[in-house]
Amino acid sequence: MRMTTSDEDLALAAARGDGAAFSALVERHYDRLFGLCFRLTGSRAEAEDLTQDICAALPAKLATYKSRARVTTWLYRVAVNAAHDRRRRQASHGRAAEGWGDWELARQAADAETHDRLDWLSRAMTRLPEDLRDTLALVLDDMTHAQAGAVLGVSEGTVSWRLSEARKHLKALKEKEGAP
Amino acid sequence: MKTHDDLDDLKAAFDAATPAPDPARKADTLRLARENFDRHQGSANPARLSSVTAPRGFMTGVKRMFATLTGKRALTLTTAIVACGLVVLTPAGRDLLNLPARGPIMADRGPTADQPQVTPRPADTVAPPAEEPAIAPVTDTLADTLVAPTTPPRAEAELLQNRVPAAPTPSPQAGVETRAPLGLNAVANPQDARVAPPPNTETFANEDPNPLKVTAREPVSTFSIDVDTAAYSVVRNSLERGALPPPQAVRIEEMINYFPYDYPAPEPGAAPFEPSVNVFETPWNAETQLVHIGIQGTLPALDDRPPLNLVFLIDTSGSMEDPSKLPLLRQSFLMMLDQLRPEDQVAIVTYAGSAGMVLEPTPASDRATIAAALDTLSAGGSTNGQGGLEQAYAAAETMAEAGEVSRVILATDGDFNVGLSDPGALEDYIADKRDSGVYLSVLGFGRGNLQDATMQALAQNGNGTAAYIDTLSEAQKVLVDQLTGALFPIANDVKIQVEFNPAQVAEYRLIGYETRALNREDFNNDQVDAGELGAGHSVTAIYEITPVGSPAILNDPLRYAAEAPADAATDEIGFLRMRYKAPGDSESQLIEMPFATTGAPGTPGTPGTEAQFAAAIAGFGQLLRGDAQYLNGWDYADAIALANANRGADPFGYRTEAVQLMRLAQSLDN
Repeated sequence: MRMTTSDEDLALAAARGDGAAFSALVERHYDRLFGLCFRLTGSRAEAEDLTQDICAALPAKLATYKSRARVTTWLYRVAVNAAHDRRRRQASHGRAAEGWGDWELARQAADAETHDRLDWLSRAMTRLPEDLRDTLALVLDDMTHAQAGAVLGVSEGTVSWRLSEARKHLKALKEKEGAP
Repeated sequence: MKTHDDLDDLKAAFDAATPAPDPARKADTLRLARENFDRHQGSANPARLSSVTAPRGFMTGVKRMFATLTGKRALTLTTAIVACGLVVLTPAGRDLLNLPARGPIMADRGPTADQPQVTPRPADTVAPPAEEPAIAPVTDTLADTLVAPTTPPRAEAELLQNRVPAAPTPSPQAGVETRAPLGLNAVANPQDARVAPPPNTETFANEDPNPLKVTAREPVSTFSIDVDTAAYSVVRNSLERGALPPPQAVRIEEMINYFPYDYPAPEPGAAPFEPSVNVFETPWNAETQLVHIGIQGTLPALDDRPPLNLVFLIDTSGSMEDPSKLPLLRQSFLMMLDQLRPEDQVAIVTYAGSAGMVLEPTPASDRATIAAALDTLSAGGSTNGQGGLEQAYAAAETMAEAGEVSRVILATDGDFNVGLSDPGALEDYIADKRDSGVYLSVLGFGRGNLQDATMQALAQNGNGTAAYIDTLSEAQKVLVDQLTGALFPIANDVKIQVEFNPAQVAEYRLIGYETRALNREDFNNDQVDAGELGAGHSVTAIYEITPVGSPAILNDPLRYAAEAPADAATDEIGFLRMRYKAPGDSESQLIEMPFATTGAPGTPGTPGTEAQFAAAIAGFGQLLRGDAQYLNGWDYADAIALANANRGADPFGYRTEAVQLMRLAQSLDN
């Protein structure tokens, strides 16, 4: 049953308090959301945290879901906003993390392993201006320019323009550092 | 379309690099999301009222509809629907459409049936576009419909659509609904998600108005002082949003005590506060009198105040994102910083969001660091498992040194997820910490989820004040103008007991203080907690008394009662006793004084401006609560006249604002 229900119906049911629908919705989108968060943050640990933040906050955000919107558009908008919030919080998080002890140290060690492989990608992403990075992350997630525009609240043309800007940035970066 | 070659490379690289999500982490996250979801479905509280609480009948619905249907789109829509109704419901119209004759389509739709001009979606062929919320008054049955999960979804959808108010809805909070047990399962309609106001989970603490007491039977009245001001701010916030406040939000003593009064200050070296009693004719009843008790706290020399340790415990849950919450809080605290001294210390702890200690104890002079920490606060994110409250108290204890005053200031919009979920345990914990010398004040922000009752309970247990901050000017009043009083108690556990003389007073009633009533024996029991008086604060209590022999006496004398042992020789109306503890003491001290009318018994004295203004506010509060039975037709216009005549110096403009609020209430009450 649940597998054939559309995202939109699930979201509406969840907004009305249907817990099963909510679970199904989150489960269905978790992997894709994680992928997007990875593109937005460039780090596995960050992406997992961000995904968790988003999922944890989703119940409160359901009220903002309008039935006319596609669930993915809405969900990605929530994700992009959450990523912004997270970047803004980075400084205080960094300070708070000092007190987290062993668990955090172990996590950071695990991070470091994957870090080398992702080095260029995450550096490339983090050097892009925020708006370009968000746009790029969405388009790399197989969204059309129009869909990405809907998520970001900008026009299709702006998305295309931002992509060409992003390309220029990446190209400059490649030339500076040599091919990945 | 440009070629995507370079991006394709990047995409391929990313696809290869994207790790598979960790299944354990995924399971955790899903579980957390589910838990949050369940919590978000709200409490199991029984029916509660949203901010406007007048019961809404069908006619009110119709009136509201006409009142709100002024938008161009709405008017067009109404007209269109009337046209549709005409076409479908009149024989001529049906001929026009060549529809097969059918019965009155809406006959089973309850009250809407006799309002054909607003009957929505009469026939499938001429239904208005589905996107347009159909128009009809909200009827009584809305609540029933909302909580009838047995209704088949489709039918329910139609019912709701019929009853949802049209496009230009008033402010979301202005919606009047008795929200029934809010397992959201009950709200089962897609349209509803679009138009229903957000669930209002406010709760208010109040009791029934104090009843009239017969002096011969119950001559003693005991209560604790109340220096909170939250009720007045909530009333103002409601009125300024165009709705009368919920009657249970109106605590009259908090409205009266919102205003500074110019009562005589105590002599230096005497008791920390000075009581003064005025007896004068009741504005709303010429046959009764008001006993106005004003208490003025001393204002110690500010220069030698002890250093302050403040721990801000800030709610950063998602709901705090609203401009009237976290951003206002940030500005308010910045304003307050200017009032602090270099030797004062500030720490910031957050809960329900970004983790833990945001600012280690920092001297108040380091404004840049504190401001930067405030700027990093942002709402949202997952719940922090650690007990924010415990952390705040721990921080306060590390900062405390002998002779300093430590206080935790909890700022929230009603989410008390501070680490202790059982309200009783939370109160005990705070009371325990109070005894160890760390006080707690509560600042409420924003509307919609304000847990007024919890705020009250916590602040009362923490020897602190509960204030509600709705505007920057209120923040200025609480955190700048009256900061000293709010942070430095000069007398703890202040209790008031009044014994009336049955030979002079036949009946009396205390106006307000319903939530602060104490048992008679509690007065002398130092274990019983009561309110704190801050430096320079004043407290006012007002009784309405009916003198013996007045035609306004409501209770007939008892035939078999013993004759009152009247001492006709005295013109004393009553005897005022007050108990308080000096800060840090555990033994209370007693102040006693008799009071009488000036001049002959039964002849009221001349009230001062301050007492008259307090009386105007007392009357205003009773009007808002709907306790009109004692007011004899005295109305908002009278309150406005009385308040206007007694504004006094009003250096901060609070009284002027009160008059404006009375005028607003007067218009809204019609």
